[in-house]
Amino acid sequence: VPNNPKSDMKLYCLSGHPTLPCNVLKFKSTTIMLDCGLDMTSTLNFLPLPLVQSPRLSNLPGWSLKDGSVFLDKELKECSGHVFVDSVPEFCLPETELIDLSTVDVILISNYHCMMALPYITEHTGFTGTVYATEPTVQIGRLLMEELVNFIERVPKAQSASLWKNKDVQRLLPSPLKDAVEVTTWRRCYTMQEVNSALSKIQLVGYSQKIELFGAVQVTPLSSGYALGSSNWIIQSHYEKVSYVSGSSLLTTHPQPMDQASLKNSDVLLLTGLTQIPTANPDGMVGEFCSNLALTVRNGGNVLVPCYPSGVIYDLLECLYQYIDSAGLSSIPFYFISPVANSSLEFSQIFAEWLCHNKQSKVYLPEPPFPHAELIQTNKLKHYPSIHGDFSNDFRQPCVVFTGHPSLRCGDVVHFMELWGKSSLNTVIFTEPDFSYLEALAPYQPLAMKCVYCPIDTRLNFIQVSKLLKEVQPLHVVCPEQYTQPPPAQSHRMDLMIDCQPPAMSYRRAEVLALPFKRRYEKIEIMPELADSLVPMEIKPGISLATVSAVLHTKDNKHILQPPPRPTQPTSSKKRKRVSEDVPDCKVLKPLLSGSIPVEQFVQTLEKHGFSDIKVEDTAKGHIVLLQEAETLIQLEEDSTHIICDNDETLRVRLRDLVLKFLQKF
Amino acid sequence: MPEIRVTPLGAGQDVGRSCILVSIAGKNVMLDCGMHMGYNDDRRFPDFSYITQSGRLTDFLDCVIISHFHLDHCGALPYFSEMVGYDGPIYMTHPTQAICPILLEDYRKIAVDKKGEANFFTSQMIKDCMKKVVAVHLHQTVQVDDELEIKAYYAGHVLGAAMFQIKVGSESVVYTGDYNMTPDRHLGAAWIDKCRPNLLITESTYATTIRDSKRCRERDFLKKVHETVERGGKVLIPVFALGRAQELCILLETFWERMNLKVPIYFSTGLTEKANHYYKLFITWTNQKIRKTFVQRNMFEFKHIKAFDRAFADNPGPMVVFATPGMLHAGQSLQIFRKWAGNEKNMVIMPGYCVQGTVGHKILSGQRKLEMEGRQVLEVKMQVEYMSFSAHADAKGIMQLVGQAEPESVLLVHGEAKKMEFLRQKIEQEFRVSCYMPANGETVTLPTSPSIPVGISLGLLKREMAQGLLPEAKKPRLLHGTLIMKDSSFRLVSSEQALKELGLTEHQLRFTCRVHLQDTRKEQETALRVYSHLKNTLKDHCVQHLPDGSVTVESILIQAAAHSEDPGTKVLLVSWTYQDEELGSFLTALLKNGLPQAPS
Repeated sequence: VPNNPKSDMKLYCLSGHPTLPCNVLKFKSTTIMLDCGLDMTSTLNFLPLPLVQSPRLSNLPGWSLKDGSVFLDKELKECSGHVFVDSVPEFCLPETELIDLSTVDVILISNYHCMMALPYITEHTGFTGTVYATEPTVQIGRLLMEELVNFIERVPKAQSASLWKNKDVQRLLPSPLKDAVEVTTWRRCYTMQEVNSALSKIQLVGYSQKIELFGAVQVTPLSSGYALGSSNWIIQSHYEKVSYVSGSSLLTTHPQPMDQASLKNSDVLLLTGLTQIPTANPDGMVGEFCSNLALTVRNGGNVLVPCYPSGVIYDLLECLYQYIDSAGLSSIPFYFISPVANSSLEFSQIFAEWLCHNKQSKVYLPEPPFPHAELIQTNKLKHYPSIHGDFSNDFRQPCVVFTGHPSLRCGDVVHFMELWGKSSLNTVIFTEPDFSYLEALAPYQPLAMKCVYCPIDTRLNFIQVSKLLKEVQPLHVVCPEQYTQPPPAQSHRMDLMIDCQPPAMSYRRAEVLALPFKRRYEKIEIMPELADSLVPMEIKPGISLATVSAVLHTKDNKHILQPPPRPTQPTSSKKRKRVSEDVPDCKVLKPLLSGSIPVEQFVQTLEKHGFSDIKVEDTAKGHIVLLQEAETLIQLEEDSTHIICDNDETLRVRLRDLVLKFLQKF
Repeated sequence: MPEIRVTPLGAGQDVGRSCILVSIAGKNVMLDCGMHMGYNDDRRFPDFSYITQSGRLTDFLDCVIISHFHLDHCGALPYFSEMVGYDGPIYMTHPTQAICPILLEDYRKIAVDKKGEANFFTSQMIKDCMKKVVAVHLHQTVQVDDELEIKAYYAGHVLGAAMFQIKVGSESVVYTGDYNMTPDRHLGAAWIDKCRPNLLITESTYATTIRDSKRCRERDFLKKVHETVERGGKVLIPVFALGRAQELCILLETFWERMNLKVPIYFSTGLTEKANHYYKLFITWTNQKIRKTFVQRNMFEFKHIKAFDRAFADNPGPMVVFATPGMLHAGQSLQIFRKWAGNEKNMVIMPGYCVQGTVGHKILSGQRKLEMEGRQVLEVKMQVEYMSFSAHADAKGIMQLVGQAEPESVLLVHGEAKKMEFLRQKIEQEFRVSCYMPANGETVTLPTSPSIPVGISLGLLKREMAQGLLPEAKKPRLLHGTLIMKDSSFRLVSSEQALKELGLTEHQLRFTCRVHLQDTRKEQETALRVYSHLKNTLKDHCVQHLPDGSVTVESILIQAAAHSEDPGTKVLLVSWTYQDEELGSFLTALLKNGLPQAPS
């Protein structure tokens, strides 16, 4: 798409990750950031942070260049043919240079996974605006951030590697380090203080709440069905509508169902956050998860489930609640280990209004909406802030452990990988789709433990997307470039891409798109006194017109039309003004005229008004009406009338008004 | 003339059976549907025949809104929807939707089972009625239909209590329900934005009261409870299951904790225990502090307060019991009262308002010999205390809310006429807005003058705004355009665009006036004289002398010609279009006066 300078809407694309978006929309004098996703796949290039001293990890050999130079051996370690950075893990931030982020007026957050970069933006770019998010998004987002900070700060690491980032060095490194992008912008994790400060800038909103931005634009969150409090956003003015779809789901899990109807009639629909595993069916995956779990435990092995502390885990626990007894697992302990495990389980029970109908009606009984309350009450599920403390006393095997981080680079999961990796009785089951499980496992190789990949991604797949687009019919679709072609590994699967007409516009990181969008109208209020003075006239059946002469007032991006001021009465007693002051203001416009004048009726009208001695002559284009006595001549043509007379103002005005009676004013 | 009409069917100059009809921009909304605690006859419900005499409720009403779960705001709902017959939507918040049917069922049981009333609504009717409920979130804009929208604000009176904004186009009404402007131990304060409604309908229970500080009342309450149990007495606190019960429980719980007291506290089982569950699950509706700390310590999980068993009432030694109902008119609270009333060491604390006829009302008005059923006389020797803990805004709070919302007018309901009168004057004085206080069945009509939203073409708007920025724009500039009205879409465009859109061509109206001048010189010289005259006179206009000898003023053309008969006269042909009418007319008049003598 050519960069159209006349476009009234621009999109600055700050993230290339399709499910962790960060875009800035400039529209009608507002600058709106849509989501603040943090790409954490960068951490896969780092060595895991062990909670307990791990001889295996600390004894990994340093990596040296093929030519034998060994200056990088302190920073890079080798494990089973893969090279890892031995440093505090770092994250890939959204672009901070493409647009001056201090000019961002508001940030709209769609779900708790898409706000993880918030502290980097709100605390380090001069941002002074407001962030809007729903209450569950903020509370659970806080938990995710708290867990992440805790995981990283719990294992202080003196070393911060930076030599490898040198461009000349990086290109000599083996893949995937060699191909890692934007490594100089990678940053270490924020602190809890920064998290708190960032979260204090959030204003809570509810679904279908209309939020006015500077009187120019209205934004509204809609339920997106993906997670507790997850939203899509409508950004609209009176005549334009942009839908921002991010992380939506049509599956019936715990959140409130997706509001699709409100997305209808958008000029532009920005589509992000589709499923990362378009070929996997979430229901099938849950089934596989349960059967693999049962199989392992029955054989006396342990099951490790690397996971986030909120989200799919609620659904998995609910499945297990129904499954445990029938599968004969009632004696097997389930452990949920996270610094925020307790908070997450508690919070899940208090957001009744954000849950699907089934869960909502439970609250009316009143019962907790999620059955994990019962699992906890019956001691089948136990939760701990970490492996230290009470857990070590209660720990019984075989067992099932849910813990983070799903990247396997930090958190308690590192400990269990080290502990259970050597036995083929144990199984690690990957359910979170954010990280490639093979890459996640790489620093633990060689492994004897079984690895099962059951990614559960409930977000929209391409079939659902094309159905959705047909239903809501946006004029234009904009999406990350990844969605406009089949996945690289399945290049023949033409069904695994967005198919719509006109074809979707695609974006990639650091691009600026001019959206095909021309604003034509703006809302203006006609004050009642002015409205009363208007004289509508039916021009065609169903269409009426009224000419408007009014005074325009504009304040706070709102426009108002008021009646023109009354003409001040000329004060005759005062001394005669100078001529120039009486010169009429040529800016008082007369309306345009339209219509034509039928000559016979016109002559009749003239006669009725006392004109006599009227003569009519035909011309090529019309007629000439002669008022012989008054030495006046009126040329009548289809689209024009010309009155030629002596300088007799009274006569001229009389004739003018008679002519105007035949014409419509605009 | 558009107008807003308000008719209270209940709560007009009265407390009880709140029910207010509002008509706004052709939409009819019913606010609350309550019962009256003071009546057992027809008067206990609002008089719906006001509507039904001219048709069905469903046809007349666009929606019903319930502000909170108290029976004087929702008690008539099943009667209204199932017995009179209403099938439209009923809006309320989630907590109200959860708790309302329980209180209705409780109310039904007392009326039917205890008092043996016939022709009352049934349990099934409560269920059917609740099926018509649509739950709303705080601040969510609910589109009732294409034009009517409603929005809930936090009211802080009880769990889930809300104020509602009702809006059609640019006209709006806000109904407060019952609200509290100061946060208490379990709820936050009511809040509304500067939404500038045409009308604010506010409760006025405490219209003339400025309440002392809550802290004082709390200290007083704790002191009385503490003293009584210290001297070995029993304390009975009759409460309604939801609302004050939780606040007082939290108060006693924290006091017991702090003072390390061991005296048992009980609350009557069933409803109250269940009620605490609602508070736990709807904790996002409580105050900031409780919400913040609920993971560590859920304020509604009481350590010191245990479930009550009726056998406990005979236990020796001190204890504190919360029992329902709150007005001592039936049930467990009355049973316990009868057991304990004879002992002067004991105390009963009434934390809320009691309706006439109830035991609560009798003892509060000083009666110490009560006639019970079976002609028994109960002598009350225990101490009787009254303490107002009901969460209504006081006069200060009401004024504060009016200040927050900035309404164009105010209407008072849910209060006593005398007190309302006082508040009405105060509001009119302070805010310079009219304030109404209609009685039940009386209609207040407010004319409104809504502005009309139209779409202005951006080209026209930008052109005007750019010119508005010019320095000479001191005089109010007139925007000129054409309003095209097609179906319900109104668009304001430039006249040229309007013509073009309608496929019409412009009709040009032109005038040419002959002005006769005495001038013997040649036409070219006459033209030159005209030019210099106009140039000198019209400083603000563009006057030009063209090569062909003609003169222009803006787009007005002036040509000089010889007179066909008189060589001493020249004829000026002044020609202009209708759009230049004023200037053209002015010029001919000016030229008619002749030219100044040429400087020699």
